[in-house]
Amino acid sequence: MHELSLVMSIIEISEAKAREHRAVSIRTIKVRLGEFTSVAREALAFSFEVARRGTLAEHATLEIEDVPLVVRCAACGSVARPAGDICLLCLDCGLPLRVISGEELQIEYIELD
Amino acid sequence: MDRVPVQASILQANQEEATKNRTLFDREGSVAINLMSSPGSGKTSILESTIRLLKGSYRTGVIEGDLQTSLDAERIRALGVPSHQINTGTVCHLDARMVARALEEFPIAGLDLLFIENIGNLICPSSYYLGEHWRVIVCSVVEGADKPKKYPVMFNKADVVILNKMDLIEQSGADLQTLSRNVREVSPRARIFALSCRTGEGMGGWLEWLREVTGRRLSATSAKAGA
Repeated sequence: MHELSLVMSIIEISEAKAREHRAVSIRTIKVRLGEFTSVAREALAFSFEVARRGTLAEHATLEIEDVPLVVRCAACGSVARPAGDICLLCLDCGLPLRVISGEELQIEYIELD
Repeated sequence: MDRVPVQASILQANQEEATKNRTLFDREGSVAINLMSSPGSGKTSILESTIRLLKGSYRTGVIEGDLQTSLDAERIRALGVPSHQINTGTVCHLDARMVARALEEFPIAGLDLLFIENIGNLICPSSYYLGEHWRVIVCSVVEGADKPKKYPVMFNKADVVILNKMDLIEQSGADLQTLSRNVREVSPRARIFALSCRTGEGMGGWLEWLREVTGRRLSATSAKAGA
């Protein structure tokens, strides 16, 4: 359960940005959360409810965009979206697949008042 | 209402701190290894037998991470190797800042090899880069062959996967072939070493790998010093 510390980073980074823009409060924080990270969406949302108190994000909405795991074979170019029983070897040629999305832990933007 | 782009990694602060740790490791010529596993798979025991077998070859140090107690650091110190204990209290992983603080009190000058033993946990530690050169994951064969499939993110980031407790393979009925295949499927590039740190079986390959990465670093450092 490291989502609380991640949420504290989200708020810290967002507050710094909001202060740069002399905002009085943050209305929205938009993050992209990769499927191939060890981060649980619900735990992130719950932690945000707790951690935002007393910050510029006290009344903010945390928008979470889920980014699916997508892999590509560097050899044959085949693209797949593995789910459940994850195998990162290409089914067509047996070579290792490269993760091209799904590892995102990114703050996209904030909306300010 | 103003929309302001941020485009920053949530782990940005950790990443910056980890980069500083890495710079320090590189400056001192120390190879840093982040050792991770679930609780009880034998990280500290592997370190003990590795230290015994390497003794005299390399100057080794260990940073130990646990929620409570300094028992692991004491086990390492008993072998005559410097060690430092980080107690995280309730935090389920080490982060780069904790390691940076430890490095203030634990000088690594002169160490060839620095092991950082992470908190026993196959989830959270995978998110936090500590500045290490290599990630080594230990999975004991008795944990079940499906472990890598249950924790693919953690295993995917490994440079080396050690399959420990090979001495229990028969009694436990563990399926080494399936376990190895599952490691390969989630972490196609990892080196796999099946061993028993208790009996010493299979330790040769792991020690050879350590010699390889440490030797490479040592020759790079001496080349720089000579330049």
